[in-house]
Amino acid sequence: MSLTRRNMLLASGAAFAGAMTMSSIGALAQSANTIKIGILHSLSGTMAISETTLKDVMLMLIEDQNKKGGVLGKKLEAVVVDPASDWPLFAEKARQLISKDKVAATFGCWTSVSRKSVLPVFEELNSILFYPVQYEGEESQRNVFYTGAAPNQQAIPAVDYLMSKDGGEVKRWVLAGTDYVYPRTTNKILEAYLKSKGVKPEDIMINYTPFGHSDWQTIVADIKKFGSSGKKTAVVSTINGDANVPFYKELANAGVKATDIPVVAFSVGEEELAGLDTKPLVGHLAAWNYFQSVDTPANKAFIARWKAFTKNPKRTTNDPMEAHVIGFNMWVKAVEKAGTIDTDAVIDAMIGIAVPNLTGGYSTMMPNHHITKPVLIGEIQSNGQISTVWETDGTVVAQEWSPYLEGSRDLIADWRKPLNCGNFNIKTGKCGGA
Amino acid sequence: MHTSYDLIDRRGMIMLALLGLFVLIVPICALIVPKGSPFYIPPYLVALLGKYLCYALLALSLDLVWGYCGILSLGHGAFFALGGYAMGMYLMRQIGTRGVYANAELPDFMVFLNWKELPITWYGFQHFPYAALMILAVPGLLAFVFGWFAFRSRVTGVYLSIITQAMTYALLLSFFRNDMGFGGNNGLTDFKDILGYSVQSDQTRVSLCVVSALALASGYLLARAIVVSKFGKVLIAIRDAESRTRFLGYRVENFKVIVFTFSAIMAGVAGALFVPQVGIINPSEFAPANSIEAVIWVAVGGRGTLVGAALGAIVVSFGKTYFTGALPEYWLFALGALFVIVTLFLPKGIIGTLSDFMARQSAKPPTPSPKDMPAAAE
Amino acid sequence: MNKRLELVSGEPSRNLPISSHKTQFATFSIFSEALAFLAALIVMSLVSLFLSGAVRADEQDAFLSGFTTDKFADTEKTINTLAVSGLPMAAPILEALAGDRLLFDPESKALLIRKSESQFIAAIDGHIEDAIEADDLKKVRVNNAVRRALDAALGSLTLMSPDPAKRLAAAESAYKSHDPATLDLLQQAIEKENDAKVKRMQLAARAAIQALDPQASDSDRLSAIDLIKARGDQDALGLLSKLAASSEGAMKAAAESGIGSIRATLALWGNVQNIWYGLSLGSVLLLAAIGLAITFGVMGIINMAHGEMVMIGAYTTYVVQDLIRTKIPSLFDYSLLIAVPLAFVVTAIIGMLIERVVIRYLYGRPLETLLATFGLSLVLQQAVRTIFGANNREVGAPSFMAGSFELGGLVITYGRMWIIIFALMVFAILQLVLRATSFGLRMRAVTQNRKMASAMGIDTNRIDALAFALGSGIAGMAGVALSQIDNVSPNLGQSYIIDSFMVVVFGGVGNLWGTLVGALTLGVANKVLEPFIGAVLGKIVMLVFIIMFIQKRPRGLFALKGRAVEA
Repeated sequence: MSLTRRNMLLASGAAFAGAMTMSSIGALAQSANTIKIGILHSLSGTMAISETTLKDVMLMLIEDQNKKGGVLGKKLEAVVVDPASDWPLFAEKARQLISKDKVAATFGCWTSVSRKSVLPVFEELNSILFYPVQYEGEESQRNVFYTGAAPNQQAIPAVDYLMSKDGGEVKRWVLAGTDYVYPRTTNKILEAYLKSKGVKPEDIMINYTPFGHSDWQTIVADIKKFGSSGKKTAVVSTINGDANVPFYKELANAGVKATDIPVVAFSVGEEELAGLDTKPLVGHLAAWNYFQSVDTPANKAFIARWKAFTKNPKRTTNDPMEAHVIGFNMWVKAVEKAGTIDTDAVIDAMIGIAVPNLTGGYSTMMPNHHITKPVLIGEIQSNGQISTVWETDGTVVAQEWSPYLEGSRDLIADWRKPLNCGNFNIKTGKCGGA
Repeated sequence: MHTSYDLIDRRGMIMLALLGLFVLIVPICALIVPKGSPFYIPPYLVALLGKYLCYALLALSLDLVWGYCGILSLGHGAFFALGGYAMGMYLMRQIGTRGVYANAELPDFMVFLNWKELPITWYGFQHFPYAALMILAVPGLLAFVFGWFAFRSRVTGVYLSIITQAMTYALLLSFFRNDMGFGGNNGLTDFKDILGYSVQSDQTRVSLCVVSALALASGYLLARAIVVSKFGKVLIAIRDAESRTRFLGYRVENFKVIVFTFSAIMAGVAGALFVPQVGIINPSEFAPANSIEAVIWVAVGGRGTLVGAALGAIVVSFGKTYFTGALPEYWLFALGALFVIVTLFLPKGIIGTLSDFMARQSAKPPTPSPKDMPAAAE
Repeated sequence: MNKRLELVSGEPSRNLPISSHKTQFATFSIFSEALAFLAALIVMSLVSLFLSGAVRADEQDAFLSGFTTDKFADTEKTINTLAVSGLPMAAPILEALAGDRLLFDPESKALLIRKSESQFIAAIDGHIEDAIEADDLKKVRVNNAVRRALDAALGSLTLMSPDPAKRLAAAESAYKSHDPATLDLLQQAIEKENDAKVKRMQLAARAAIQALDPQASDSDRLSAIDLIKARGDQDALGLLSKLAASSEGAMKAAAESGIGSIRATLALWGNVQNIWYGLSLGSVLLLAAIGLAITFGVMGIINMAHGEMVMIGAYTTYVVQDLIRTKIPSLFDYSLLIAVPLAFVVTAIIGMLIERVVIRYLYGRPLETLLATFGLSLVLQQAVRTIFGANNREVGAPSFMAGSFELGGLVITYGRMWIIIFALMVFAILQLVLRATSFGLRMRAVTQNRKMASAMGIDTNRIDALAFALGSGIAGMAGVALSQIDNVSPNLGQSYIIDSFMVVVFGGVGNLWGTLVGALTLGVANKVLEPFIGAVLGKIVMLVFIIMFIQKRPRGLFALKGRAVEA
């Protein structure tokens, strides 16, 4: 043992210096003349493929808002971080955005797990998150605004369409999904819904595959087999982004045509189709709340601006981008209404705010922190676009707690006073689930 | 490499002193110092430091098997994750009726997937002593069984690395399955209490951070005790010339199994401390890339130095935190380049290079390091 | 759902307004309506003999107006009437509709067919229309229901086409749609047909219609069932299932016995099919792993950047196709043939660079190459992401790789078949290089005993560089093949790297035959397991199997023997 005084001094000095640098990072003061907006989307790793676009669209929205003079007379400043598709890193980065960068609101996350990872952070530090992706529902949190679709704003209308005369009066269903919580929950809801519509259990086939599954030969063959019973069959696909391309390639090669067995997907948008030759896929369906092909002046202007901003005339737009557009505009309105960026005031001001969406209507923030949306069913075209073949008459209100699931049948969310609760049980009259 | 056979050499002393100071300073700066003060440590930083310390413990456990016994495990992340899951299950059971569905028995994810009763694997996890036992036992048992077979069959070198990778990959896929009952891809999250204290309170955070520092210190002392013992000498002999050690009459496989199991338990403890601090455990912790990253921490810090492993973990993780914020588009370039540069120009890692430098300064003859040894062991 | 609280005013009710469909179908039969239309048309054309041509065009215009209402139901109805109208423009109009080339002017309701980018003809009589503003036109939209009607209509129009391929396709579509409206046409077509293959298909189509027709005589229907049963494919099974559900007595019994026998044969073919899928998966694994087998085998290097070489190969394909698309579209079918050597060269050069700049400094420390190459893989991934963006890139299938054919009860997709052939070719060429060239001889010598080879005067440094380039180049060629079945994205390589290592270790390092057998075994085993326990569990079982197998044979299936191997 050779402990000397010098070493001791050295050690304590280093420790002190370390603590100093650390805390000085934390003490980076917020600049008084700008309002900071956090952007929490993966720019590397597996989710970069979907999330990078959302970061770009946020930068564009912030730039445009600044041209209009910012918010409350202050410029907006984007703080971009990369959570690198790593779920604990999402929580760490969220904490950093809120505590260190003092952002007024954060726009971010794509997967359910990333949202689940940051939820406690937003709750604890009382900040606002806008979540732009369709998800499984079963959640309503005070600090989160869900601008993507709940299952009833996407899945159930899609199934209704397929059961209708226009959709081909489908009698037999394949529910194929990636094995994670969104497909699991959506399929649970759909299964209960289909059974309530008189579909027999033997006419429903459920199949789960891992993330990034690339060998679809067996499953496509199974689908073909299941579809040869003489009853009209359709596939409801909750297959996650990355695995879709090989899935559709296999479908095309195996000659499964939309006129025989249509596939309706909830996670396939223009971005995913950009990686595919869509000619063999013409007629397969997608259910979303926005398509690039929607012919409205608002959408045309948005697409033109997007192409100019990215300096790429081929860039596509998609549904989660629209969700960010709506979410951002709602936030701006709410802040202006509240006259402050104080979290509690903005959360209160958000409810009831209505802004135009890109499909020619208005979306409203409801007391359950979800927004109203039109539901569009589209068919894939040979040019990679999706053209609307059916849409709901008006907008649809999100059912964050599905009436088709046993555990959530009696729950509601209402963040207005006096209820102020995300999981109020109407049977027991208590907040807190039970 | 500076090889000292004291239980605590100079490097160790510096590290222990730093950890001691850390344990003293962090609670003061985070809890007592007022918020505006330049010495104040905000809670997010406490959580971050706690996370680094857990990574450091994982790196330490890996260095024990790789640096001193030549077992390059590409599956240590699996032990880390298993420890984490055991802790996560305890934390899930502590939520009780505060879940969104207020089910006293079942975690939320089971409720909305219509599970009716708790799977048998979850029994007993509401009791902390049982969970603590599992944190040690599950990774330990897996490592023991895996090591028992692999080392007996004399699977070595690259082959061993690859099958440890297969192990963690298989576990990744298994935990990913929702049917396994561990929450699938979403994993376990939304924790409320640990031992009756709220995981979100500043005091708990600081305590967890301090416990992590203490765990790292004790982990270091235990590893060091092994390394400097006669047992440790045999390990080094196995690393440098496995066949020769065997011919000398040592049961190489027994030594390997023991150290591998011990190291896995250490990794499990690191994982268990990691989970309440980051607030989530999900199957991506099993990802082979995570295990490789842990290997890289060790290489960056200096293989076979223990202190270096811990230092490497902290330096690389800090770099990752910094660059993902400062240069989000380019941080992979920086990280990738770091790995290449370290292997090319700092083959002995930061600590190894530093002690070589110091040794040259004091003109001592350098002692052989594992890299100077014949490649036979690898 | 009255449990909901009061919502913000002005919103529709929480219940979905699903029941309100925008389109309504006519309730009377399309067929009888068509006949009525036809009769009217004859009368009209008789009348129009006495009138000017302009009036006639107007009448036809009214007849086609269903296309200009922008409603799917009207479009579908018009297709059905048009198909039996006998109008000379019927086929061109329907073909234009199928090809997205049928447009209308929303103002004047004029229906036009797009001939080229700026050239249009009037749908009514085919005369060339000038001065058309393409921007003002709207496409006649189609959905799946319209597409089905269109297929059937085109089928009946082309049943007697002079082109036998078209006739075959028409008969196939009649077999699939078994629309009773086509029966008469089918009857005529069968009488005239002299191509045996087409005739067989037409007979099957007729049988399909007859079997489902309750008006047909029982003996006709029973013999039709026999004919369908003899076809024994999935469509036949679907047809008979439909029949069994809708009929009674002898007919139902016959249909059910047919279903039974088809199921039995299909089950048998199903097993063969699984093995084929396994071979296909195995060939993909072989392609991904074979380059690794070389670098790993010769140099003992754990090349974590191997997957990125595959990815770069796939991106090379993308670049080649992109250039061809914009510059010389006629070459598209040869794009892969051009991409293969190019991908080899590109990745071989990158591999050579990596070896010269990084790996050669790490000799004797094979495990540390793992770290360096892992770092390189991160850099390469991010570089590709920076250059091409994070999104998937489109790589199309040349025509010879699209679609599928049936071999007995086996459905073989061309793409998969070519990948198997390509994998085996790569393997054969590689064997040839290793066995028949002096470079191969040197490389094998280095693999077996590096020091001895060096002592014999082989420049092991050079061999290492070349071997690394060769392994990388083959990975690049694999990327060309994988671009056909997987995402072309920066993450492409990562999904294959672990599987590749498993294959190499399982097969035995330093032995290409081991890699071949290993890849095919793992592929087939995986695919045979998948129907029973699912894709995920199947993969887990395979991993556990490999771990156990390595315990038994620590050096893989085909271990290299020799003193140097036992370190």
